[in-house]
Amino acid sequence: MSTATSLRDDAASPDLETQIAEAALFTRRHTIASIYRATSGHPGGALSCADILACLYGAEMNAWPATINDPGRDRFVLSKGHACPTLYAIGAWHGFCDKTDALTLRRLGSRFQGHPHVRDLPWVETSTGSLGQGFSVAVGMALGLKMQKLKPRVYTLLGDGEMQEGEVWEAAMCAAHHKLDNLCAIIDYNKMQSDALNEDICGIAPLADKWRAFGWTVFEIDGHNIPEILSTLHLAASTRERPSVLVAHTLKGKGVPYMEGSPAWHGSVKLSREQAETALAALGAEQDEIKELLDV
Amino acid sequence: MSDAPALIGSSGDSLREAFGKALVGLADEFPKMVVLDADVAGGTGVHHWRKAHPERLIQFGIAEQNMMAAAGGLAAVGMLPVVTGFACFLERAYEQARLSIGYAKRNAKIVASHPGLDVGPDGGSAQALEDIAAFRAIPGMTVISPADPIETAQATRAILEFEGPVYMRTGRSPAKRLFGDDHVFEIGKGQIIRHGIDVTLVACGVEVARALEAAELLAEDDINARVVNMPTIKPIDSDLLRRCAEETGCMVTAEDHNIFGGLGSAVAEAVTQNLPCPIEFVGLRDCFGTSGEPDELAEHFQITAPFIAAAARRAIARKEGLS
Repeated sequence: MSTATSLRDDAASPDLETQIAEAALFTRRHTIASIYRATSGHPGGALSCADILACLYGAEMNAWPATINDPGRDRFVLSKGHACPTLYAIGAWHGFCDKTDALTLRRLGSRFQGHPHVRDLPWVETSTGSLGQGFSVAVGMALGLKMQKLKPRVYTLLGDGEMQEGEVWEAAMCAAHHKLDNLCAIIDYNKMQSDALNEDICGIAPLADKWRAFGWTVFEIDGHNIPEILSTLHLAASTRERPSVLVAHTLKGKGVPYMEGSPAWHGSVKLSREQAETALAALGAEQDEIKELLDV
Repeated sequence: MSDAPALIGSSGDSLREAFGKALVGLADEFPKMVVLDADVAGGTGVHHWRKAHPERLIQFGIAEQNMMAAAGGLAAVGMLPVVTGFACFLERAYEQARLSIGYAKRNAKIVASHPGLDVGPDGGSAQALEDIAAFRAIPGMTVISPADPIETAQATRAILEFEGPVYMRTGRSPAKRLFGDDHVFEIGKGQIIRHGIDVTLVACGVEVARALEAAELLAEDDINARVVNMPTIKPIDSDLLRRCAEETGCMVTAEDHNIFGGLGSAVAEAVTQNLPCPIEFVGLRDCFGTSGEPDELAEHFQITAPFIAAAARRAIARKEGLS
């Protein structure tokens, strides 16, 4: 966090925002390619969180490949582990892993499993894939850092369907009780889960009110508006005595028109060649880039 | 204070008390150790720690799933978390132990009091009779069930010195002292605590004392039973079991646990791969417990010394039938 302060001060800089937008676009293309190559995966909720992850890794967090063993690094936990293609892609963009390696998603022998595993990739910080657990692990990290009087912040991204896990509310109560102001949760609120709309499966609204009632400082933002994400993360970092949560309103499948707003693309789904090409074209990839991403 | 109710079993020579006191003694040696509680510190022996090191006790409230996964997070940032609770409620956090501790290979310790029938009057809902089987099935998880207060204190030190996830049972009831201060507990090692050549009785936890009693009963009929204390169920001491199979030709296992998946299964797995011999299993026969005092329950569910002795006679008969 200490070295990230200077970056935060630049948060409004158009250059930084452009870089982050570029990183987010890369992660979306990479995600489509890796899921196409894997012949299975979860594109909808991976695309909806690309801008958030791009902001975290591009500006907010003091976490770089060189700091991966530094106890003073900020931590990120992808509690909605099924969105890992986005994590792998943003990691690749920032040099935590190789861009081509990260395209081996979900294959035998690949370190890029279908959900992140810390013993394959230390920089993912913990193993996730069972909803609710990553959030608790992040709470444990925040507690442990505070007990050691260490300064890093802990960030964690949760899905909206994940709100249905009881463990989330155990952890929410615990974090508020222990005044974990070094913890920032972000909810990828795309309103959809595996089978249908949240509200049709088991309603989670009013979401912000629930978190307020649990003693958190709550920010509601547009999860695709990069300046807003950056400035809100910055604001959340100044919260004292309370954990903070960003309820980020997002669009499932964001960036790929035929996926947008459809729970059918939650996954696990297989992308046909045509679907992958259409998606990449919609994401602005040129023909040669498409070929490279899908074939090389 | 005189109006305060007496907390049943919070004093005395139980394994949980031995564990709680041992933790306090190890606080300076393990400065990163923190103890995690889900509002049962008074029952797990952790009240000693709470009194001595309140700043190193993390209270999670009645929320075991969050506590278990948070232990993974604490370990990830360099702390040495000791998750404590009642065995049946820690089972509730089994999946958290699997993913956030086992799969992530965290150096976290899970210590469960109130295992098996030892819980007594609280009844079947509270009696964890499947915890050893469940935790043993998590890859890389070490599983320990010490037999007396001295061994519990030694095991507490050993699991903190050991790098990796551990599940350890303590116990609620006053426990018989079986060992002196010269006892040496080592993870993965069993010990012959009574010599004999006709049959080997392998036991863990509260059943070790009962196995020793059973050996006395058998001695009355000139049956010379060997007794093995097997506090580490995983990794099991295969070398010792092979030696016992060779030297006594038959075995009985005894545990306060379902006969499926616990000590008996671990012994059978090792013995059948090395030197097969007849084995009889003493434990709960795939059923839940019920209310009653621990000793009454042990009698009711047939895990006391006379039943171990009867199983030994069956094992010997089977061995002789083979020869």
